[in-house]
Amino acid sequence: MTDAAAVRLAGVSKRFDDVTAVDSVDLSIHDGEFFSLLGPSGCGKTTTLRMVAGLEFPTAGQVSIFGESMGLRPPNKRPVNTVFQSYALFPHMTVRDNVAFGLQMQRLDRDEIRDRVAQALALVQLTGREKRRPNQLSGGQQQRVALARALVNQPKVLLLDEPLGALDLKLRQAMQLELKDLQSRVGITFVYVTHDQEEALTMSDRIGVMDAGRLLQVGTPEEIYERPTSPMVAQFIGDTNLLTATVKGDGQIELAGGQIVAADIAATPGTETVLTLRPEHLQIVAPDDPISDGHNALDGTVTRRVYLGNAVSYDIVAGDVTLRVRARNAPGRRQYDVDEPVQVHWARDAAIAVQR
Amino acid sequence: MSQTLAPTPEPGAPQHDPDELEGRAADARSRRGAWIALPPAAYLVLLFALPLVIVLVYSFATRGTTGQTILSDWNLLSYRRLFDPLVREIALRSVGYALVTTGISLVLSYPFAYYIATRSPRVRNVLLVLVMVPFWSNFLVRTYAWRVLLSSSGPVSQLTELLGMGQTRLLFTTTAVVLGLVYGYMPFMILPLYAAIERIDLGLVEAARDLYASGTRAFWRVTWPLSRPGVIAGSILVFIPSLGAYVTPEILGGSKTTMLGSYIVRQFLSARDWPFGSALSFVVMALMLAATLIYFRTGGRTL
Repeated sequence: MTDAAAVRLAGVSKRFDDVTAVDSVDLSIHDGEFFSLLGPSGCGKTTTLRMVAGLEFPTAGQVSIFGESMGLRPPNKRPVNTVFQSYALFPHMTVRDNVAFGLQMQRLDRDEIRDRVAQALALVQLTGREKRRPNQLSGGQQQRVALARALVNQPKVLLLDEPLGALDLKLRQAMQLELKDLQSRVGITFVYVTHDQEEALTMSDRIGVMDAGRLLQVGTPEEIYERPTSPMVAQFIGDTNLLTATVKGDGQIELAGGQIVAADIAATPGTETVLTLRPEHLQIVAPDDPISDGHNALDGTVTRRVYLGNAVSYDIVAGDVTLRVRARNAPGRRQYDVDEPVQVHWARDAAIAVQR
Repeated sequence: MSQTLAPTPEPGAPQHDPDELEGRAADARSRRGAWIALPPAAYLVLLFALPLVIVLVYSFATRGTTGQTILSDWNLLSYRRLFDPLVREIALRSVGYALVTTGISLVLSYPFAYYIATRSPRVRNVLLVLVMVPFWSNFLVRTYAWRVLLSSSGPVSQLTELLGMGQTRLLFTTTAVVLGLVYGYMPFMILPLYAAIERIDLGLVEAARDLYASGTRAFWRVTWPLSRPGVIAGSILVFIPSLGAYVTPEILGGSKTTMLGSYIVRQFLSARDWPFGSALSFVVMALMLAATLIYFRTGGRTL
């Protein structure tokens, strides 16, 4: 078949009264993939997920799952299950009944339900807690019940709406790896909604970055981080310096402060462009130190210094340009004080044009 | 001078367990407010508990030949009379009316309470005020209004006549009494139902739908069980006053629809049998108390 996509969105829009929550999104999610929708709150990522689940219907466009158009099909008739942000565990049911719910609704026979519930609980390491109520479990355990309740149905696609949002940092990091591991074991397509870029980078095969209802860029974590195609993506994923510049030709560009530097940008001379330069790709040295070959260098002054433990973050003003530099902290490495003159340098291919 | 963050216990000072300290503080707080409860407590004892004791005492007394109450002759005669066929008939009728009233109220109120609970806060408040509007006018007046509506020359009858079904005789029938009771007590069903449904996370219904439940099954497996405290509270709040109703059956009912309330009043006024009236009152009260206790036993917490 031509359409092997697990989930395909074609021109999908969702308007609530006069607010456009999702704006003509086109997207293909591959079978077996861990796909994240990443964006700030209110960007439309949850609405997009809900349209796949059937909890909302698109105002325009088409959602299909494994080539089958979903139209107005209600959630109970779709081959997907959801792990909700607040887990939405049934408070009046035990852990076992929560997990068995989907199978009971599908009217499977009792023995099969019992076996599959036991399997699912074992998968999330909750064997022995069958008779607890959700409110007798910790946040992490509730999260696992929600996961088991969805996975027990062996959905073709599992939708996860910020499932780790309510957990504390340590538990969250542990669960990130566990989820990723689980996904590769069960081989189900995961569509994961998050606003946490680190989470998306850690777990995803591919990421779709959304902002203001639009899907800005889709790619692997490396692609998204290293070759962002828009200032918004560059800024949202990690920390970055955005510089406006004018293309001069011959591999030269002119920064806002008038400095001419080298950059690999193929555009006609005279074009305005925006560059992204990651703070960790910039290096800081004393004014008289030699600069590596092929590097651009600017003279500047330290205006701010923030100690981060494993690194030191400097803000450096060079003419009209302010650059943030993240210098790794290592024994014997020289540190610079505020008001100290310095040189900032970077490899010419570190600067990426994100807007033409 | 050295400063320490945690206070170092002085040598010889008693060590306090933080839990114990908190408990003591709570005790002290609870003692402090005791006098505030005194006036209402006195009010209740004087005007509620004391009369109740008087009723209890009278229920063991004897009716004199001219209708006076003889307090010196104590016996259980009045209680024995509770097993009269007539009393049994009236009691069963009252329970029946109260049950039917509760059932109809529940069926009518649930969708409405659900509707209110799922509106925006602004619409919700308007609807809740509307539910309470009837309380702004006198219950007696409103019940008399039903008399006009249901009379054989009233609008209901006129309508059926117009449709060629002839006059309707609703007034002084069971239908009229139950209609009046449902009308009078339905707000007491709607409000606790609303409170219970409003508390349910609608995300749970979505979760049920996501887990292959149809709308109907999601309702019976999730919404209904979670709204049960409201169902129980509303049912008790309708059942109890319906069982003891006096005004409604008196105005809308006839001689064949006598309920316990009217029968008790008759003992005190026309029959002048205060001991029997007292015994009847007391048993009805005890039964209602039992019903309420059962409710709290089953875990209702919405009141």
